[in-house]
Amino acid sequence: MLAQHMKSQTPLGRDRASVAGKQPPIDESTDVLIVGAGPAGISAALTAAAGGVRVTLVDENPVPLQTMGEDVPLHFGGRMAPTVANRNAVLESILRARPRLADAIDAGVDVRLGTAAWGLFPQRRTAGWIDGHVAGLADEDHAYLLRFRQVIVAAGCRDMGVAFDGWQRPGVMGASAAYRLATTYEALDSRTAVLVGSGTEGLQIGNALLDAGIRIAAIVEQGEAVTGPKELLVRLLESGTRLFTRHVIRETIGDSHGVAAARLAGVDADGTRLSGQLQRIECDTVVLAMAAIPAIELIEAVGCTVSFQAARGGHVAVVDGSQRTSLPFLYAAGDCAGIWASKTLSDNTARREGRIAAVAALRSLGVGADGAEEAPVSPEAPERDIALERLEWVRAMTLKSAGSPFLCQCEEVTAAEVLGLHPPRYLKWRPEAAEARRLGSVEPGGTPHPDVVKRLTRAGMGPCQGRRCREQIAALMALDSGRALTDIPLATYRPPVRPLRLAQMAALPEAASMGEGWESWFGIPSQWIPFWRLPPACSGADSGAEEPVAGE
Amino acid sequence: MSSRCGRGEGQGAAVVIIGGGVTGLSAGWWLAREGVDTLVLDAAAAGWGASGRNGGGCSHHHSPLFREEQRLWPLMDEMLGYPTEFQRNRIRIALDERQFDLYRRASDNGTRQGFRSEVLDPKQVRELVPLAGDNVFGGYFYHFGGHANPHRTLQAYAWALRDCGGRLLQHTRALGFDTRGNRVVSVKTSRGTLACDHVVIAAGPATGEIAALLGVTVPLMSARAEMIVTEPLPPMTLGGVDGNGLYGRQTLRGNLAYGGGPHEWIDLADAEHTRPYSTPLQASIARRLCELLPKAAHARVIRSWAGFIENTPDGRPIIDRPAAVQNLTIATLSSVGFGLSPASGRAIRDLVVTGTCGFTDVSTLTLSRFTSLQPDWTALQGWLPSLVRGGE
Repeated sequence: MLAQHMKSQTPLGRDRASVAGKQPPIDESTDVLIVGAGPAGISAALTAAAGGVRVTLVDENPVPLQTMGEDVPLHFGGRMAPTVANRNAVLESILRARPRLADAIDAGVDVRLGTAAWGLFPQRRTAGWIDGHVAGLADEDHAYLLRFRQVIVAAGCRDMGVAFDGWQRPGVMGASAAYRLATTYEALDSRTAVLVGSGTEGLQIGNALLDAGIRIAAIVEQGEAVTGPKELLVRLLESGTRLFTRHVIRETIGDSHGVAAARLAGVDADGTRLSGQLQRIECDTVVLAMAAIPAIELIEAVGCTVSFQAARGGHVAVVDGSQRTSLPFLYAAGDCAGIWASKTLSDNTARREGRIAAVAALRSLGVGADGAEEAPVSPEAPERDIALERLEWVRAMTLKSAGSPFLCQCEEVTAAEVLGLHPPRYLKWRPEAAEARRLGSVEPGGTPHPDVVKRLTRAGMGPCQGRRCREQIAALMALDSGRALTDIPLATYRPPVRPLRLAQMAALPEAASMGEGWESWFGIPSQWIPFWRLPPACSGADSGAEEPVAGE
Repeated sequence: MSSRCGRGEGQGAAVVIIGGGVTGLSAGWWLAREGVDTLVLDAAAAGWGASGRNGGGCSHHHSPLFREEQRLWPLMDEMLGYPTEFQRNRIRIALDERQFDLYRRASDNGTRQGFRSEVLDPKQVRELVPLAGDNVFGGYFYHFGGHANPHRTLQAYAWALRDCGGRLLQHTRALGFDTRGNRVVSVKTSRGTLACDHVVIAAGPATGEIAALLGVTVPLMSARAEMIVTEPLPPMTLGGVDGNGLYGRQTLRGNLAYGGGPHEWIDLADAEHTRPYSTPLQASIARRLCELLPKAAHARVIRSWAGFIENTPDGRPIIDRPAAVQNLTIATLSSVGFGLSPASGRAIRDLVVTGTCGFTDVSTLTLSRFTSLQPDWTALQGWLPSLVRGGE
């Protein structure tokens, strides 16, 4: 069509209401952007910097206190000690916890702490108005865009939430969150914790908390045996930790500070609660360590191919031997590329992934890297069925709970409401009508999609962006439909993958021409001419009168 | 029109509707509730396209379907049996004189059709809209229109269709047609052949390609548009507030869900294999929302989304039975379909059953207006996709 026009010399029309030609001014650019300054990200940065290209390493810590308060990016459970408000103190503790950051700075890496990546926006055929690849970044006050050529996402992990009565109390938190606060921030406000789950990641974090001076009063495991390595368990038991297998948390008891105790209930192999004495454990913190979840929100939102890979701990990007995802300029490294036992026990695997990704990124930039070729990283065969374990936790702890705990704390949605596709309570809809339409009625005989649950019940639609509920909702849907967890599609992620204040986003610079054409949806005058004044025919050369018209 | 003609499951229906968006589902529901054996099919899940990705506005005062739109919306919860979250009325805020003049159109159009509006001074705007600021130039209170929840409404149509005995086949792609003379006798799909007495094509951006399989030209161009949504804020008395170039609403939950601004024209073939991605345009939407509702500046954006939508060359709907095929109805609402859906579905039902719309004159929505359309109309209007260097 365009070529035809060139030939016929007809002047091309301009649609002033389209995005064409309205690219925002973007002042900053880098060659390799690395998101996440953990072991994988720092190794990637050092390797990339050695190649002589421009490297930018962003890490969202210290996270703004308000954001932490909303359990973003981790389920902090309100257990931030007052020192997190002192940003300088936190920055110092981050540098203490990650000494190699100083090496990266010395190597010329542009290190930006307190900087979150909220979106990656590559030019693509259906979204092509901004040239090249652009990242949306934000510090506590400003949001901005950064051009990059290659990006390595090393965003770490978060924790699966599983609802039980009283899990909304301050003090119920994710294991990664407890670890982050205890180590990186040196600011975990906890003395005595109960650890829920006994996998490698959980036991390792239990030991780290012990090292930080926190007593682990009990380990609660719904399965019949501890699933993590014996050495890690023994050390905890020697410190006085009590072990409760075939148990779940029945409820927490609270005081003004949040959790004051947890009550445990015995369960049988089907997750059914056994009658008998409830164990009461005095504690101020309940650490949820049922499953470590690769943090794929940036990766999924930009459209990398993602699949449930049991050996890698759940949904992760499909990567090749160079850690490259289905988008050739984007690599995943560290926990966000997969979590397995030996990788958790030593940073070396994550570091290697970072180096491999950086070498591949350098090659894509036409820069050869020094050093020996490293063998691709691949996970060991999983020892356990992680999908089944997640179903068992949700079945034993949530479905069999006595009360009706909110799976989605932001939007206050219970398991029964998810399965019944109840309209939210504020609609005051007649309950009998809602009862008639359960989850299975949306696609009879088909696989239910979590996005339908989001849309109809609002579960997962709140300010924590579904971080505490998405895995348990997927598990619940699998239990309800009798399907494998791996068959349940992944609920989509959308930018901004970190909550951003309107005013912060609003300050992004835009082209002067961006102001044109907002007054009308699509700016097609004839679309809005009232039907009693319409012209009879449309030639396509003139979409209506000259008069301006407002849409709708 | 034969109804309940006794075809077994999967063998077809009296009316097969291609497209399980808001227009197709509404048409299917209107047909099914009158006992017509109706089957709606969708290449993906129902409402997965633009039908579930819009501002939820219900105030299309320029349209011949307006009166029926206004009559039906307050009845929809009851008629469908499921909640749509419909809320009456709308306030539109102007931040300068130009916007104020533009927004008078809605009030003029409403008045002509018997609907009341009031002009609001800045103080009145701030009283009615607590999130508005000192930058208000003026506003309008339209005592018509309103807004509903697109997702909830979509599912309500789908369930109500089934409650009336209609069928919905999701993940089923229309591949072609069998014809006899100038009649369609069946629709070939990815799940087999469906015999039919009548076909409705209401397939959004794909309407043109599917109609072309029957030799009917439906000129359409596809585009991508974006919206943002904030965390919930305390609900205002009236959530249907927009202006400053934005469309949208405060949801009953309290989230601010707004869109607007430039669209991006795309090649439909590229949209087949990708989801619609949002872009940094979300920041430009946030900027204008901050201006519209400055007291919400602290609210955090928690999602954005984009959708693919189609437009006809003049941006107006097509609801028509083209002469070339005896038993075919074409429907595209040209990027403005959600709010009009109760009325458009009824108009389609009328066209299918009686050949003519009984409650309003839809003769301005026929395909015949494009007979003198220039072949290169997309280029002439500047409706061209971005030039993308290299591939992904």
